[in-house]
Amino acid sequence: LRALPPPVAVGVLHTTRPLHTTQQSLAPVPPLPEKGGEVRHGLIPEEFFQFLYPKTGVTGPYMLGTGLLLYLLSKEIYVVNHETAAAACILTVIIYGVKKFGADVAAFADKLNEEKVATVLAMKNETIRTLQTAIEEEKKEQWRVEGRSYLFDAKRNNIAMLLEANYRERLLMVYNEVKKRLDYQVAMQTLKRQKEQDYMIQWVEKNVVQSITPQQQKESIAKCILDLKALSKSAHAAV
Amino acid sequence: LPAAVLLKDTKLMDVKLGQLGSWLAMRDFTPGGIIGAMRRGYNRYYNKYINVRKGGIGGISMVLAGYVVLSYMWSYSHVKHDRRRKYH
Repeated sequence: LRALPPPVAVGVLHTTRPLHTTQQSLAPVPPLPEKGGEVRHGLIPEEFFQFLYPKTGVTGPYMLGTGLLLYLLSKEIYVVNHETAAAACILTVIIYGVKKFGADVAAFADKLNEEKVATVLAMKNETIRTLQTAIEEEKKEQWRVEGRSYLFDAKRNNIAMLLEANYRERLLMVYNEVKKRLDYQVAMQTLKRQKEQDYMIQWVEKNVVQSITPQQQKESIAKCILDLKALSKSAHAAV
Repeated sequence: LPAAVLLKDTKLMDVKLGQLGSWLAMRDFTPGGIIGAMRRGYNRYYNKYINVRKGGIGGISMVLAGYVVLSYMWSYSHVKHDRRRKYH
């Protein structure tokens, strides 16, 4: 990334090195290399052998090593004392242990690593799955938002119906109340008239009964008898 | 495109012997620079030999061998007295 040319000409800004203007993000991290640098005999990197190969061939580094060893021993730059014996014993044991148990230990460590990577990977997949379900849910919610207008129409209809029903209920109540009052008035009037009629009839009857004098009573009875006689006569005649 | 690379940017293995003095003089010897160089060296070794999937014994054995050599060099003045011959 650093090899990309800077987007600004170097002469404009007072710098002589490219600035970090590219997107240097830390993710995704590149995967670990599979194997480390090659090391020969566990001590000397392979690059040294490759460095000497063009000039001295395959045996070059070994000759160099032998020569160096002999020089160190003969000039006693490396002194052979009790520590040498101790070092020889220790190194023997170490090398024997590494040769015998190295592969097993490596497999065990690899297994541990595998488990760690597996847990982290599972976590990552779980997170990705959760986020995807969240995205689905969000999309669904967004789809639901489109139905908002229907919801509001339905609510508006509901409210209109409520208002209408309330209005009609009150109208009915008003009508009933007014009708009750008018009925009351009508009932009052009919009652009053009836009472007046009854009273008047009673009064008239009373007065008529009072006005029938005994004289008139006798006359009317005599008249009736005459009429009856006449009638009987005509009846006799008919028969 | 620059035709020749600046001396500052060459790696040590590409520096010619005659330029070695000027190359060394040009390096950053401030404390921050020294610590930066140590950190760079550590990162290079770490990322090459230890921070891998299947690392071998070489990663730590080289460090231990270096430690052995360094401690021998520091204690040479003490070991000198165990020499078998006086003149070599």
